[in-house]
Amino acid sequence: MKLEKIIKIASQGLVRNKLRSLLTMLGVIIGVSAVIIMIAISAGTEAMISDQITSLGTNLVFVQANFSRGGFGGEANSGGLVYDDAFAIADGVSGVQAVVVEQQSSETVKAGNISLDSISILGTTEGFPSVRDMEIAEGRYFNQAEIDRNQKVVVLGSSLAEELFEDQPPVGQTVTIGTTKFTVIGVFEEKGLVGEVDYDARVYMPITVVFQKYTPSQFARIMGDRVRLIYVELEPDVVQGDVILQIELLLAKLHDVSLEEPDFIITTQQDLINTQEATTEAFRNLLAWVAAVSLLVGGIGIMNIMMVSVTERTREIGIRQSVGASPNDIRWQFLTEALLLSLVGGLIGVITGVGGSWLFGALGEMRTVVVPSSIMLAFSSAAAVGIFFGYYPADKAAQLDPIEALRHE
Amino acid sequence: MTVEQENIMDQPIIKTKELTKIYGMGDAQVRALDGVSLEIKENEFVAIMGPSGSGKSTMMNILGCLDRPTSGQYVLAEQDVSYLDKVQLAIIRNQRIGFVFQSYNLLPRTPALENVMLPLLYSRNGDLNEYEQHEKALNALKAVGLADRIHHQPQELSGGQAQRVAIARALVNNPVLILADEPTGNLDSKSGEEIMALLTELHQQGSTIVMVTHEDEIAEFAQRVIRFLDGRIDTDKLNGNSYQ
Repeated sequence: MKLEKIIKIASQGLVRNKLRSLLTMLGVIIGVSAVIIMIAISAGTEAMISDQITSLGTNLVFVQANFSRGGFGGEANSGGLVYDDAFAIADGVSGVQAVVVEQQSSETVKAGNISLDSISILGTTEGFPSVRDMEIAEGRYFNQAEIDRNQKVVVLGSSLAEELFEDQPPVGQTVTIGTTKFTVIGVFEEKGLVGEVDYDARVYMPITVVFQKYTPSQFARIMGDRVRLIYVELEPDVVQGDVILQIELLLAKLHDVSLEEPDFIITTQQDLINTQEATTEAFRNLLAWVAAVSLLVGGIGIMNIMMVSVTERTREIGIRQSVGASPNDIRWQFLTEALLLSLVGGLIGVITGVGGSWLFGALGEMRTVVVPSSIMLAFSSAAAVGIFFGYYPADKAAQLDPIEALRHE
Repeated sequence: MTVEQENIMDQPIIKTKELTKIYGMGDAQVRALDGVSLEIKENEFVAIMGPSGSGKSTMMNILGCLDRPTSGQYVLAEQDVSYLDKVQLAIIRNQRIGFVFQSYNLLPRTPALENVMLPLLYSRNGDLNEYEQHEKALNALKAVGLADRIHHQPQELSGGQAQRVAIARALVNNPVLILADEPTGNLDSKSGEEIMALLTELHQQGSTIVMVTHEDEIAEFAQRVIRFLDGRIDTDKLNGNSYQ
């Protein structure tokens, strides 16, 4: 029989049972849109994470202490980065554009009668705003002279400034951090969450003040002030690997450790992106499996309804056989019905999937990116599901004996 | 009636030799047909009667190519169809036979015209285009007097009208044989008479009709009455008063 005729017969069968056809398609619609939405969500998450990491600044290398080896109170002269390491890198390594140091603490911050506990205090240096891509909204950032003289000045994150001073202009006001009074000299533009850190809810001050007021230690008097992190911004055209090697050699020498067992870790932005991708890949695989299962359930739904349909329409099959339909004609009719259901369901699923992805992105905080290949994947799986789960009921219909079928009530 | 049809008038359209149908195995064996030899000529109108279990339904199924005999031979319009496979039997049903059932057996929720077009959909010798199919189906519906009901669905038709749609469907492929299985069984007597008048008219126009019935009044319309008993032909008589 001609394809055209088969499609005509099959579509007549479906149109005459609109509600049942729609309910049958529902499983496939949900399955296909689930595949597309899930993949769009995970692709969106990946894009967001990689954007965040890039927004830390460009061409950065991060040097951190390796506490798994030595650590505090371990071997006397190792287990941490110190403030002077930063100067050593800036002076002794070629291809370095800027070096920024961070040290953190957490204190109670008061302004007027407002008091906030456990506010993150970040001590840092002059290059911080440029390395981290942060803009000043009001006032100014602190300079090298203020760092050198341990000036009690702070720059506030945007949401923190709002909480402390509400409508009043913060610049020029006084805040008390722990027991020390500071003058607010600036407020940062809103930055948002990067990774897990809320950049808008922090206090920024000269790193020397943090050493002096919040992280004094016996260790510091002898070895220098410990720092959490050193950012090294590279010159645009240098080879990253060369600079990293220089830093490694220099720090190994300064800390008197071997390169095989360093007391520091050097990571690049690419490393961070790779780590994040490994996590999101697991996430994406999980979502893909969930979506695949829902598509499978949709297929089983088709088989279910087709089986019921064959039983319910036994008489119809008998009538068709009596006027000359061969077993193949019947098989093709039911197989095509199943295929049409899954294809039309797949098409509707693609539309709702793309629409749903857009809606998730528009309404929620979530970012979604519709991946074209996911549409192809979902649609072709729907077709495969239709053929696979449609074949058995179709074959059952084809095997019916015309006399039995005509007698069926 | 064409000249050609008149010339082969006396040729048997149905010829069976020692047709036997056995159901079941061993002790549970049932001989539904037990060596039936029969000839039905072109343009005969035959009624098959008999009590239930006499084998008349089995005979109809084999004559209608819905079933195959266990042994014996069945020649339909000079073609031996005794042991054709399912696909070939489907082709014979499509091209040579028109069925009329007791319960009409129309496709539900399907307009009369589409029901009548159904055999054309499965037709294998030369596909007709949509327009030709419509024309043929329309002509068949006109022939049964239902030209004004073509868009009605079966549930919107009376029993008599539904049976006439079924007859139109039986006619649409110009079959050599019309098989009617209790065609008036579900109808009141007035509709029943109308249907019998229609079958008589078709017979007068040249159709060969074999009809199963258990009502003597209905059998009166046929030229010849064959009675079955226990899987064999009991009597085979001409109806003197019905048709010359």
